[in-house]
Amino acid sequence: MIFLLFAAAALRISVPYALAAMGSALSERGGVICIALEGLMLNGALAYTIGAYDTNNAWLGILCALLAGLATAWLHAEATVRFRADQITTGIGINLLSAGLTRFILVQKFHSSSNSPRVPGLPELHLGALTKLPALGDLLSSPLVLVTLALIVGVQLLLFRTVFGLRLRAMGEAPEAAATLGLSVMRYRFAGVLLCGMLSSLAGAWLASEQHSFTDGMTGGRGYIALAAMIVGKWNPAGAAAACLLFGAAEALQITLQGSAFPSELLQALPYLVTMLALAGFIGRAVAPKADGIPFDAD
Amino acid sequence: MSARGRGAWLLAASPVIAVAAALGAGAIFIAGIGENPVQIYALLFREAFGTGYGLGQTLFRATPLLFTGLAVALAFRAGLFNIGVEGQMYLGGFAAALAGAYLKLPAPLLAPAAVLAAALAGGAWGAIPGVLKARFGAHEVINTIMLNFIAFALVSWAGHGLFQTATVRTREIAPGAALPRLDGIFAALRGAPVNLSLAIGLLLAVAVGLLLFRTRLGYELRAVGLNAPAAEYGGVSIGATQALAMALSGALAGVGGTSFVLGYKHWFEMGFTGGAGFMGIAVALLGRNHPAGVLVAALFFGALSYGGLVVNQRVPRELVEVLEALVILFAISARPLLERVARRWE
Repeated sequence: MIFLLFAAAALRISVPYALAAMGSALSERGGVICIALEGLMLNGALAYTIGAYDTNNAWLGILCALLAGLATAWLHAEATVRFRADQITTGIGINLLSAGLTRFILVQKFHSSSNSPRVPGLPELHLGALTKLPALGDLLSSPLVLVTLALIVGVQLLLFRTVFGLRLRAMGEAPEAAATLGLSVMRYRFAGVLLCGMLSSLAGAWLASEQHSFTDGMTGGRGYIALAAMIVGKWNPAGAAAACLLFGAAEALQITLQGSAFPSELLQALPYLVTMLALAGFIGRAVAPKADGIPFDAD
Repeated sequence: MSARGRGAWLLAASPVIAVAAALGAGAIFIAGIGENPVQIYALLFREAFGTGYGLGQTLFRATPLLFTGLAVALAFRAGLFNIGVEGQMYLGGFAAALAGAYLKLPAPLLAPAAVLAAALAGGAWGAIPGVLKARFGAHEVINTIMLNFIAFALVSWAGHGLFQTATVRTREIAPGAALPRLDGIFAALRGAPVNLSLAIGLLLAVAVGLLLFRTRLGYELRAVGLNAPAAEYGGVSIGATQALAMALSGALAGVGGTSFVLGYKHWFEMGFTGGAGFMGIAVALLGRNHPAGVLVAALFFGALSYGGLVVNQRVPRELVEVLEALVILFAISARPLLERVARRWE
C-alpha cells in the first residue's frame, strides 16, 4: 500500500513534466530547440486560472491555456523559424517575458502580486472499476492524467508511425533534403513548436487546476526538469515520459524525506546530475537530432 | 553614402533599433493601463540618471550586470553559450561570504581574498561544462542550465550548518572583508549602495578587452569562436581554449557576486542573484559581445531596474521585466532581419 501511495505520488508529480517533455521532443525533432517550456507552462497556468475564474468552468480554462500556449509558441516560432533568430536566446527571452507578463497581468487582473483567488479545478471522472483501485484510483479519476497517458501513446505514434511524424523528423535531421522534396521546412517547424506550446501549456493548466489557483512563478523550474527529461529520454516522447517518472519518483522521495536527517536537497539535484551524465555519454549516448538548433535558410 | 556603408550602419545600429522597438511595445502596455508613456519614460530615466542618489542606485544595479554581461560575452567569443552565469554568480557570492566570515587573515588581505574566493568558485563551476564539452562533446547549454539548479541545491544543502538561525543567510563578514561604498569618495552618491565592486568590474572590462583583442590567447579564443576547424588547423586546441574560456567566464560571473555580498549586505542570502545571470545574456546581446558595449548595456538595464521601482506607483514595476524580455526578443530577431535588409541594399 505504501508503495502504491508512493507510486501515485510519483505519477502525479510526473504529469506536467511528461506533457512538457513530450512537447519539447516534438519541437526539437523538428529542429527547433525549445527551452521556453518554463514560460509556456507559466502562461498556460495563468490562462487556465483566468479562464476558469471568469467562466467558472475548468474546461474553458483548459481552452484558454491551450490558446495562450499557441500564442506564446507562435511568438517563438516567428522569431526562430521565420526570422531565424537564435533559438536558445529566444527561449530565454520568452521565459523572462512570461515571468514578467504573468506577474503584470496578475496585478492588473487580481490586484495581487502573489496569487489569484481560488478557481475551480478539473472535475473528477468516475470510470467504475478504475476509480476504485487502491491508491491509484484517485489519480485515474483525474481527466488530465488519463489524457496524459493517452498522449504518451499518441505522440509516440504521431512521431514514428505517421507521414507527418516522418516529415517532422526530417526537418530536424536533414532539412535541405526535405526541402528538395518540395516540403516546407517552415511549415513543419512551426507545427512542431506550436504542438510543443499546446502540450506545455496543458502542463501549466494541470498545475493551476491541481492547486486551484495561480501563484507567482508557480512553475518553479519545472520546465527545465521537463527539458532535462526529454534529453535523458533521448528526444523520444515515450522515453521522455519514462524519464519524467524517474524524476517524479526522486521528487516524491525528496518530499517524503524532508525533515529527516537525509540531505533531501541533494535528491533535488538528482535529475540535473542524471541529465549531465546522460549528455556526457555515461548512460548511453544522448544525441540531439542533427539539425536541431540550426536555423534553416530557404534562400 | 554607398549601399554597403548604409548596410553596415544599419547593422551597427541594430541594438538601438531593438531598444527603441521594445520601448515602443512597452509604451502600448503603459497606454493600455491609462498612463502617458512619454511621461513615464521621462520620469524613469530622469530618476535613474538625474540625481546623485538615483545615479548611485543605477550604478549599483548595473554592477552585477556588467560582470554577467562580460561573462556571457567572453564565452560567446569562444563560440560557447554560458547560460550558467546565474549559478556561477550564486556560488561566487557564497564563497565570498564564507571567506569573508571565516578566513583568519589581516584586514588588508581579507577583502582581496574574498574576491579571489568568488572568482575561484565561479571559475570552477564554469570550468565543469567547459571540460565536459572538451572531453565528451557534451552541449554546454544544457549542462550550464543543469549546473544552475545543482548550484542552488548545493547551497541549500551546505547552508544547513551555516545559515543563521531561522534565516536563509550566512554570518556577517568581517569588517576587513567589506568592499567600501563609493559615496565615501563621491559625496553626491550619498546613500546609494554602489561600491568598489563597480571599480573591479570596470577594470575587468578593460582586462577582457585587452585579453580578447591584444593577446595571443584572445586571438585564439576568437578564432575558435569564429571558425573552430580553421583554428584547429592553425594549431589551436579547441578543447583547451573552450574549457579555459568557460573557466574565465565563470570567474567573471563569480566576482559579480561581490557587489551584493561584500559591498552591500555583507552576507550571502539565498536568491540574491535575482536573475542577474540571465540578464547577462541580454546585456551581452545588446552590447554585441564587446566590453564597451556591455558596459553601456549594463547601464541601460541598471537604469531600467531602478527607474522601474521609482515609477512603480503609476506603472507596476513588473512592466520593467516585460521590457527587459522584449529587448532580448527584439535584439535577437532584429539582427537576422536587418542583415537581410542590408543584403538587399547591396
